[in-house]
Amino acid sequence: MTAVLALSQLAKHFGGVRAVDRLDLQVERGEVFGLIGPNGSGKSTTVNLVCGIFPQTGGTIELDGVELGRLQPHQRIEAGISRTFQNIRLFGGLTVWQNIWVAWRDDETGWASNWFGGSRHRRAQIQELLAFSNLDHRSEELAGNLSFGEQRRLELARAVAAKPKLILLDEPAAGMNSEEVTDLKKRILKLKQSGVTVLLVEHVMELVMSVTDRIAVLNFGKRIAHGTPQEIQQNELVQQAYFGSAENAK
Amino acid sequence: MAYYLGIVQNIGIHTLLGLSAYLLLLTGQLSLAQVGFFAIGAYTSGILTVIFGLSIFPALFAGALTAGVFAFLVGIPVLYVRGLMLVVATIAFSEIVRLFFFNLNWRAMVNGVEVGPDSTQGFREIRYFAANGWEQIEVVSLIWFFVGAVLALLWWLDRVRAGAVLRAVGEDELAAQSSGINLTRVKVAAMTGGGIIAGIGGGLYAHSTTYVDHNTFTILLATFAVSYPILGGLSSVFGTLIAVIVIQGVMIEGMRFLGDFRNILFGLLIILAMNFRPNGLLDGNTVAALKRRLFFLKAKR
Repeated sequence: MTAVLALSQLAKHFGGVRAVDRLDLQVERGEVFGLIGPNGSGKSTTVNLVCGIFPQTGGTIELDGVELGRLQPHQRIEAGISRTFQNIRLFGGLTVWQNIWVAWRDDETGWASNWFGGSRHRRAQIQELLAFSNLDHRSEELAGNLSFGEQRRLELARAVAAKPKLILLDEPAAGMNSEEVTDLKKRILKLKQSGVTVLLVEHVMELVMSVTDRIAVLNFGKRIAHGTPQEIQQNELVQQAYFGSAENAK
Repeated sequence: MAYYLGIVQNIGIHTLLGLSAYLLLLTGQLSLAQVGFFAIGAYTSGILTVIFGLSIFPALFAGALTAGVFAFLVGIPVLYVRGLMLVVATIAFSEIVRLFFFNLNWRAMVNGVEVGPDSTQGFREIRYFAANGWEQIEVVSLIWFFVGAVLALLWWLDRVRAGAVLRAVGEDELAAQSSGINLTRVKVAAMTGGGIIAGIGGGLYAHSTTYVDHNTFTILLATFAVSYPILGGLSSVFGTLIAVIVIQGVMIEGMRFLGDFRNILFGLLIILAMNFRPNGLLDGNTVAALKRRLFFLKAKR
């Protein structure tokens, strides 16, 4: 396997706070990679650095060997990165399928057709993607009128519409019930089967342990452990970071 | 009859001005620069017909193009600021334009008569229509031809991906960026499009009134421009048209019998409308209900 995403000595300082501190990370092609850690450990900051929302203080971010550091956020999407947000950010005044249409990436049609072509020729493809998120029956509804779970599913579908190599899921299970988490797990595994690499930032350990191939654990912006889900579960440093001590974890 | 045609003419021109602000408001940008582009369109096309003897259509086209070029040039630096700073920056632009025309003295002898912008005295003699035998009804028809064309264009824009992208930028810039949208390009395109529409409106205004001066293009007119789409609602392009009819047709012209009291009523009605119709007269639910009635669609559950 080859690395799709490679972070090298990545750092982000907010004043005196080192939110991400010389982080090294490699996400291999086709895997589901978990990024976990206590609140404030730098997980979401790492996602925002990769997406270009924050400029990094130091280090490099490479996607398929291409340095992303100088690229604008939209250029990183074009390069093959896509994401969802910890707090859902949909276009509430647009319909469900328009949300997908906005993000839809089509390298085959020309510029004019992509921007000024009607929706008819795109409908079938968008409906197919909505079916993946079980939202095909809600395509004409305003996104703002969807239930919480539906909005989460739509956000994932919108991220997939950009046809990414790497998809960053920032706490996609936050606020979901167990049935919805099971549903999300199936979708993440489907993404993996389709060849998309997934970086999953999550607090719901049941989900993380069941879908990820490898996990890295952050604490105070530093990577304190990495390995398979089983290795992470048994790692004393991780238990200390989450529970204060390995004893408390038992 | 001429009075009523004058009202229809005024509504048409103000609709163009409102639509220029509407296009930019779709991207979430509140711009008071539209009156600057309106002024550029008015003076440019006026100079071209009066001093250079051009016919009305190329003059209007050149006026719109010039306004569009300025909108593009202004759009790039200005759109890096947002919110209140954008409002201040666009007011500054409009004032620069107004003061430029306040000082512009470009007099020329045409057929033995001195014509052209005369700085503080304004720009008179923009008499293309009268000189070429146009009746008022023909002038009004020309204005509404452009209103219809711009309305149709913006209505169509809402049915292609570009329209959805404009609205997406207006809804959430971060989410739009994260969906691969180049914010600067979209906002500058909207600014340029808005500038072109305002430029056409300005050209039509100058030729239909035959006289413009710097006092025509004040911040008050710029606030009217943004008030129309805000009051009418951004859900449909026709909201702006309805708001112009309500403000210019009903409130300003229709209530003349109230004298100065109409100004009090005018402000009061705007405050009431903003409170009871916060998303505009033609908001999303009204548009959906109208579509259902017009096209006999079933309500969604």
